[in-house]
Amino acid sequence: MTSQDGDARRNLPPLALHVPEPKFRPGDAVDFADFEMPVAGAVDRPPTDSASRDMAGHVYAMVRVLDDEGRAIGPWNPGLDPDRLRRMLREMLTVRAFDERLHRAQRQGKTSFYVSSTGEEATAIGAAHALDPDDMCFPSYRQQGLLIARGWPLADMMCQVFSNSGDRMKGRQMPVMYSARAASFFTISGNLATQYPQAVGWAMASAIRGDTRIAAAWCGEGSTAEGDFHSALIFASVYRVPVVLTITNNQWAISSFSGFAGGESTTFAARALGYGIAGLRVDGNDILAVYAATAWASERARAGHGPTLIEQFTYRAEGHSTSDDPSRYRPSEERNLWPLGDPIKRLAQHLTTLGEWDDERHAALEAEVVAEVREAAREAEAQGVLGDGFRHHPMETMFEDVFEEMPKHLQEQRDQMLAEYKASGL
Amino acid sequence: MIQAINSALDVMLGRDPMVVVMGEDVGYFGGVFRATQGLQAKHGRTRVFDTPINECGIVGVAVGMGAYGLRPVPEIQFADYIYPALDQIVSEAVRIRYRSAGEYWIPITIRSPLGGGIFGGQTHSQSPEGVFTHVTGLKTVIPSNPYDAKGLLIAAIEDNDPVLFFEPKRIYNGPFDGHYDRPVTPWSAHPAGEVPDDYYRIPLGKAAVAREGNAFTILAYGTMVHVAIAFCEENGVDAEVIDLRTLVPLDVDTITASVEKTGRCMIVHEATRTGGFGAELSATVQERCFYALEAPIERVTGWDTPYPHGLEWGYFPGPIRLREAAKRLMEA
Ligand SMILES: Cc1ncc(C[n+]2csc(CCOP(=O)(O)OP(=O)(O)O)c2C)c(N)n1
Repeated sequence: MTSQDGDARRNLPPLALHVPEPKFRPGDAVDFADFEMPVAGAVDRPPTDSASRDMAGHVYAMVRVLDDEGRAIGPWNPGLDPDRLRRMLREMLTVRAFDERLHRAQRQGKTSFYVSSTGEEATAIGAAHALDPDDMCFPSYRQQGLLIARGWPLADMMCQVFSNSGDRMKGRQMPVMYSARAASFFTISGNLATQYPQAVGWAMASAIRGDTRIAAAWCGEGSTAEGDFHSALIFASVYRVPVVLTITNNQWAISSFSGFAGGESTTFAARALGYGIAGLRVDGNDILAVYAATAWASERARAGHGPTLIEQFTYRAEGHSTSDDPSRYRPSEERNLWPLGDPIKRLAQHLTTLGEWDDERHAALEAEVVAEVREAAREAEAQGVLGDGFRHHPMETMFEDVFEEMPKHLQEQRDQMLAEYKASGL
Repeated sequence: MIQAINSALDVMLGRDPMVVVMGEDVGYFGGVFRATQGLQAKHGRTRVFDTPINECGIVGVAVGMGAYGLRPVPEIQFADYIYPALDQIVSEAVRIRYRSAGEYWIPITIRSPLGGGIFGGQTHSQSPEGVFTHVTGLKTVIPSNPYDAKGLLIAAIEDNDPVLFFEPKRIYNGPFDGHYDRPVTPWSAHPAGEVPDDYYRIPLGKAAVAREGNAFTILAYGTMVHVAIAFCEENGVDAEVIDLRTLVPLDVDTITASVEKTGRCMIVHEATRTGGFGAELSATVQERCFYALEAPIERVTGWDTPYPHGLEWGYFPGPIRLREAAKRLMEA
């Protein structure tokens, strides 16, 4: 007997299991020739009160503003002024320099772990500019750009990464799991997609209280497979919640390509349709498109027309984290051949096309942000790095914040710990 | 220990066409800890495959496959991420035999790395075994060395009931003496690091005496077995260390034989204290060995806090804490 119900073979062709496989594996020649490049400016911009089904085409198309020459074209062009564009450029460069610096710091043993967002900078920076500064963000671990765009001190973020004495999280969280209430930035969880229903709940609360702030959440395409993602969508739909839900589709979830989250059969934006939510699919390496789509969604949310699910189509250029070696599962040249290019280069090209930028200024700006990051790192490292000891915070702080008031059993455990350390001469 | 687990899966995939291995990143890549490396290439993509990132789904489909008659071995990438699957384990997998009066049964083995000591912070360090030992119908196994890991995993896969197989990640690459500031010793230098290539089983529900002694009994499992042994060796303490290996079903006979001999008992685990498996052990020892006990039972556990990243070594129940507990135990 081969199954619990016996081996009931009838005269029918045998079934076969489909297991997705990405286009290219290490050793394969990378060729994106059959990638159908969506035309910039070609997608219409529907009214922000459109019904989900009336804009169903948008979940399969791709909003792009910047064309190959770096011109901003079409109905989604947000028409931002050059100063704003230069600010966005500066912030993207800052994120990149910040990531490089901390990736290196991890390699030098100064911390345990780091997550870069290289290649995906536009998805956070573009969104931060389109939201109001007090709109509530529920990020994943790859949206450091939100904090940087909101002007959060780099040194403070680095202290968190080093779990040092300046770490406001008291060394409790893994690197990059920031929290910044003053920047309306929620404490990050390592458990994927949990922030999605939380963002919906925050926005429901805002609506219940007649507030004017909306919420926004981010997760990777791999995380859309989690139940929490779907829980968020059904609540967002039922209560027409003022929330902007972004999927950063960077093609890879550690070693699993997007096909393992359902990407072979449909787009991620199309998840919106079944829930009756507005869906947009966007070139995530085109910061003007990211900005425009997020602005559209926030306008919709503020006007009471409900949630939007936005797929930002991008590429994770680095490994998943410092614990990962992507050359084991994808060809290294994939990142260089990625058809939608690099978000920083594309914005710089656009500014150049406008006559508002040149190589010299770009090089100067790069040097400036690298120096700024270096200065922040110096300030942060002066407050300790993970590697030089585990006592940046008094041991007993471990017992704080488990509850608002420490119950007796935790007081006893704290006292026992201190007594035992003392008894052993520490 | 990684190679031993890999070998157990390889052996079982080869012996039994009903065995399938699945989970996040376990296919082509071979798992984030490399436990399934090479298995997809060898056994094929419908026997060893990646899954969507959905732990509820991973366990839920494994239950369905088990109902069909496969022996699925799903992996949950970190024990910290098992909670979305809780309903499928607690309400489904473990009750299907009972609620169908034996018409259906679910022969699945859920593998998952647990424990801290790798600076994984709150979401890569937890030891949630106590959540699961409380669930009846579920067997819970935690090996402490490569030899046991292979034999126990094979026995778990062949078992017709759901088994939770927790792998202490801190000892994947070598035993751990509890001193975070010392270099890691590899398994090759340890007698239980020697793992036969072929099929063998270690029965579930049997503890091992990891170190003989007379002063007191230490009940431990997983990483803490090594921390306890190193503590004895370094301090010249003549304690007996019992490696439980299986938490449910528990080998009560081996435990009581040791405590009756030594008259004192220390329980060590990395998981939080309140309602932890140590409480169950303590109650069991008290019920069975009350008249042999010469001192109150000592529990050395993780504190009742989340696992703090930077203060990891203040949290971990290491040598200092064992020493102080041993003093109390012997002075009483
Ligand atoms: C509930 C849960 N399951 C598994 C993991 C392990 N894990 C961490 S990141 C990751 C991949 C996530 O990929 P994706 O959502 O695409 O985001 P990306 O990292 O690409 O930004 C996995 C599987 C986790 N953190 N939480």
